[in-house]
Amino acid sequence: MALQDKYAELLQTATTLGVANLASTEQEGVLHVSGTAKSTADYDTLWALYDKIDPNMTSGDLMMNIDIKADAGAQLKVTTESTNLNIRSTPSTEGEIVGKAAHDEVVTLVEKTDDSWWKIRTADGEEGYAFAQYLSPL
Amino acid sequence: MKLTKLLMAVVVSATMLFVSCKPKDADIKAAVEKALNADPAMASTTVDVKDGVVTIGGECKDEACKAHCEETAKAVKGVKSVVNNCMIAPPPVVVAPPASLTTVLDEATQQKVKDGLKDMPGVTVEFVGDKAVLKGEVTKSQRMTIMQLLASAKVLSDVTGLTDKK
Repeated sequence: MALQDKYAELLQTATTLGVANLASTEQEGVLHVSGTAKSTADYDTLWALYDKIDPNMTSGDLMMNIDIKADAGAQLKVTTESTNLNIRSTPSTEGEIVGKAAHDEVVTLVEKTDDSWWKIRTADGEEGYAFAQYLSPL
Repeated sequence: MKLTKLLMAVVVSATMLFVSCKPKDADIKAAVEKALNADPAMASTTVDVKDGVVTIGGECKDEACKAHCEETAKAVKGVKSVVNNCMIAPPPVVVAPPASLTTVLDEATQQKVKDGLKDMPGVTVEFVGDKAVLKGEVTKSQRMTIMQLLASAKVLSDVTGLTDKK
């Protein structure tokens, strides 16, 4: 069964949710899907669907690189498991820690520096780079 | 007397006409080659002439070039006809590099994955070939986070070693 068929429901839902620049390519046994979701809720829906189609996502045949639309100034929630999120002076773990954002705290997006690091500003005025994995656009 | 002279002149001219107005094949070949070599686009052609019939061989860039070669040859004095056997060189095969769908597992990328897992002490990651192999006990939500992290780093993964936290 071609991967596009296996994940047909996912691709269909992505289209219905209005994921921008939706693209899917099959390469070497892996389906690569990319695009920009309108909200964190839509993003979560797609991931839940992935888990439904491939329980525990262990097949390793889908690479869903969908980011969430967030322009400078957008509010982001810190979604670490429970710990604080370090805010650093440069976009890497080598960067000096210049501040911390607590779990569930809301911060403002200054700039999406790259896929993994975003520049943010806390309500207290601390500004620096944080790991994007733990930032969810509200 | 005048008539004889005239007659002789005619005969001589006629003979000369037959003799001097027919260039030799070698001369035609030289002339055609010169004409074609004048243009670098037509310089990879070969020329052969037999009895005033020019055969063009070799390579031409495209149809337009091929036609131009033919016309150039035809224009040379003495050329009766042109057989155009010019081969049009196939276009160079341009293989577009495949769009980078996954990231090379270099130091920086490996670090990104490790950074993302810092929040999950029970999970280990090993980089085998082009995949990140993860092992450990995880909750459903952690599993989701790991997959999302790997997807945003565009890293292929093997998560069969992840077990559910009881």
